[in-house]
Amino acid sequence: MEGTALAVGGIATAAFGLPALGFALGPIFEDSSPTTWQPVGPEDDFVDNDYVPRVINVAANIGDAGKTTIYVRRFNKKSDKVIKGEKPQPYVAISTRCAHLGCPVGYKQAAQKFICPCHGGIYGFQGEVLGGPPVRPLDRFYTRVTNGQVEIGDRFSVNSELRRFAPRDPSNHLDGLWQYLYPSRPTT
Amino acid sequence: MKMPSPPKFLRPSPPRPGRGTGGRNGGNGAVTAEPTVKERAEEATASTVGWLDERSGLSPFLRGFLYRKVPKGTNWYYTLGSATMFAFLSQAVTGVFLAMYYEPDATRAYESASHITNDVFLGEFVRGMHKWGSSVMIILIFLHMGRTFIFGAYKYPRELNWIIGVILVVLTLVMGLTGYLLPFDQRSFWATVVAVNINASGPIVGPFLADFLRAGAEFGTTTIARFYAIHMLLVPVLIAALIGAHLYLVAKLGTTAPPWLKAEKKDLAKEEI
Repeated sequence: MEGTALAVGGIATAAFGLPALGFALGPIFEDSSPTTWQPVGPEDDFVDNDYVPRVINVAANIGDAGKTTIYVRRFNKKSDKVIKGEKPQPYVAISTRCAHLGCPVGYKQAAQKFICPCHGGIYGFQGEVLGGPPVRPLDRFYTRVTNGQVEIGDRFSVNSELRRFAPRDPSNHLDGLWQYLYPSRPTT
Repeated sequence: MKMPSPPKFLRPSPPRPGRGTGGRNGGNGAVTAEPTVKERAEEATASTVGWLDERSGLSPFLRGFLYRKVPKGTNWYYTLGSATMFAFLSQAVTGVFLAMYYEPDATRAYESASHITNDVFLGEFVRGMHKWGSSVMIILIFLHMGRTFIFGAYKYPRELNWIIGVILVVLTLVMGLTGYLLPFDQRSFWATVVAVNINASGPIVGPFLADFLRAGAEFGTTTIARFYAIHMLLVPVLIAALIGAHLYLVAKLGTTAPPWLKAEKKDLAKEEI
């Protein structure tokens, strides 16, 4: 009797506890943002030695909060280096999400640098870290050209050599031994 | 022939016990006055309390809790814990009423919060109470913690109560963090983005923790609903339960005398308040 009552109680608790837990933790294990290609303008809008700001959606159904600014330029055959084993993107689309804690960086054209207003992170023309607390360069987006329109795809992160990685959260390192402490997740 | 007796409401009621015989059967002629309204009210209260007490046995517990002996030297610093609890009660009450107007939806949150401030009767006042009250509660809980620390009131046998108190501090800070997002203006949005990314900076578990808080890789539709549920359901229930445990231990173990009372006098230093 006592053992059966305990077992029934345990099963009853698990019956509502486990689904509730799964409900709360589910978003950790599913890819919530499916791949979309968003057009940002014809190829003529972009040059290879300066950035043009564009606004894209990164999260659906939350209005302005789901939009983010990106900076787009054409791939520069002279100054942009090609990573061995990687097919270069036709356009360089830099995310404005600071790699320190996610504040929005702004591109200062006169200095050709990205500056973060929150904690003073500074990035160069390639998005590489020049100063301040950021732990890796600015994220980028996949790009492609369809019918003369430049389209923006998924986010990816880069390490200090601009090598491509699955997207990481801001503050997650991608260089040296640090990178093994910040695994890529199923959501990304 | 026997006549049928009159209906019940016409028959005179028998005298109440302990109130004499009334005028019913003459007796010695002493007529007891009808009880006044005040007497009736007192008797109703006493009988209700008696009814509850007989069935719950609460009065020894309440007497022990409300009339317990406290050490000599007890002063106003000992009320900081109660003050924190009243700040929490204020937050709970104002929060419940704010929830009647607030909409935890990313496209509606800001408008509904503005609606509370600008249109709802006393809305600005209640929202202000909740906003400033949160800071008051944080200040009071740390003053209470400092009092406990400086007076050495965390020592044996009160370590468990200190641990519960530390958990309450953490939960109060969680309330501050999750509540900060809800107005959903620029400040609260970016503050929450930064706060979630600070969570993401923890090694190994950090990225998963951030995913849990955001409900995904990006700050999306469910993030604000998730923060709202944590803010108004999960954490308040935990805080209320832990305050109950905290108070139980205070009543059970008693409070400590201030450290400036000499140790040898402590045993004699009891007084009844």
